[in-house]
Amino acid sequence: MKTNIIVLLFALMISVSVSGQKFITKTGHIKFFSDSPLEKIEANNRQVNSALDVATGGFVFKVLMKSFEFKKALMQEHFNENYVESDKYPTATFVGKVTNIKDLIIDKDGVYNASVEGKLTLHGVTKEISEKGTFEIKQGKLSARSKFNLTLSDYKITIPGNVGNNIAKTIEITVDLTLEKANQ
Amino acid sequence: MKTKILLLLALTSTLFLSSTFGQEDLLTMIEKNEKPMVDYTTATFKTTRIVVGQSIELPPQGNLLFLISHHFGAINSGYENLYGLKQANIRLGLEYGLTKWLGFGAGLNTDKNTWDGFIKAKVLRQSTGAKKMPLTVDIFANTAVYTTKWAEPERTNYFSSRVSYAVQLMIARKFSNSVSLQITPSYVHKNMVPTSEDHNDIFTLGAGGRVKLSQRVAINAEYHYLFKGQVVSTKAYNSLSIGVDIETGGHVFQIFLTNSYGEYEETMLTDTRGKWSNGDIFLGFNISRMFTIVEPRQPKD
Repeated sequence: MKTNIIVLLFALMISVSVSGQKFITKTGHIKFFSDSPLEKIEANNRQVNSALDVATGGFVFKVLMKSFEFKKALMQEHFNENYVESDKYPTATFVGKVTNIKDLIIDKDGVYNASVEGKLTLHGVTKEISEKGTFEIKQGKLSARSKFNLTLSDYKITIPGNVGNNIAKTIEITVDLTLEKANQ
Repeated sequence: MKTKILLLLALTSTLFLSSTFGQEDLLTMIEKNEKPMVDYTTATFKTTRIVVGQSIELPPQGNLLFLISHHFGAINSGYENLYGLKQANIRLGLEYGLTKWLGFGAGLNTDKNTWDGFIKAKVLRQSTGAKKMPLTVDIFANTAVYTTKWAEPERTNYFSSRVSYAVQLMIARKFSNSVSLQITPSYVHKNMVPTSEDHNDIFTLGAGGRVKLSQRVAINAEYHYLFKGQVVSTKAYNSLSIGVDIETGGHVFQIFLTNSYGEYEETMLTDTRGKWSNGDIFLGFNISRMFTIVEPRQPKD
């Protein structure tokens, strides 16, 4: 019995230390880009919170919508007021996992392919997404990059007719995160 | 054997647990890691005017606002005057957002060829999050100079007689995405008034607000109460304006009815000659266009 308990504790300790390999950032960068015949619109958010658990592949990020910065102040106001309704839906989150996390070797510098799937919540709408990206390990730092497209109508973001030619229906999202080992 | 099974069970169960609950844990972890942010309230009003008078809004930093204000003549002036359409009082104005909290502007009014210049400073900003502030407070000050010929050129006229000043305190709150209110106590100083009974220092108390009908259309109203006994020799009424804001990309179009013919603060507050119940009201509109002069600096990738 005593050995059983010891074994159990030991097993727990192992699993805790295995799942304890977490990488984290609060200065991640997400860019979105809208390319339409009349106008190219770009916005950057450099205050993205993100964490990756390299043992389980668990991967999350969270962005404050009001932290997206535009070149034109009026666009930023319209983005928050009219399109994503930041007062009502202040953040966007992704909760998912890297399905091929086993391929990633933390101690070895290099570029690894990553498949990510999970739930993206934006404008109060949650959708399952599945995207490809890369990880790069360099001197103990982990960079995660991905570029994917997002259709506005999937998230109930409506563009009125009179600016229909100024804003693309599908927006290109670029994620660029540099994560550091979290202090446990 | 038994211990091995137990070990396996324990391992798989904890691994299973950490993989299912792990993602939510990660979310909690980054939420703990988040630095507290101040969430400043934006777009309390769509533009720098509620209707005729100033709102707490400034042009965004580095942005130039070109504002055309147009009031037609009185609606009750009859068919001969095409119900006011033949007449126009226009103000052409420019406003610039120097910083997030300081703006300035100038305008030319066709009413007595009056030039006006102002500065507007945001003293408090409504915010939630790391810093909570229930109100936005602005201080506004302007100077207006009329430049038409002297009415009585034969007497000694001083330039200072052409000058008047207005100072306003604007206290506003955006209650929800659709409802915003503003209280505006104002003080006007006129260097010269028509008679000795008229006060040089005039106080008014105003209130205004907006209700959004959709994301791009809002109804606005504004009222300024002129305390009695200050303007005596001319008949001055309280200013009341009701309008609709229509927003289309870089433009905000405001169309309204008002009993104030004038478009700068001094005339709107102390020289509103129209009376609503007589139909002595003016159809008017403001068109504004925003130009980005200085783009916000963004770090290079």
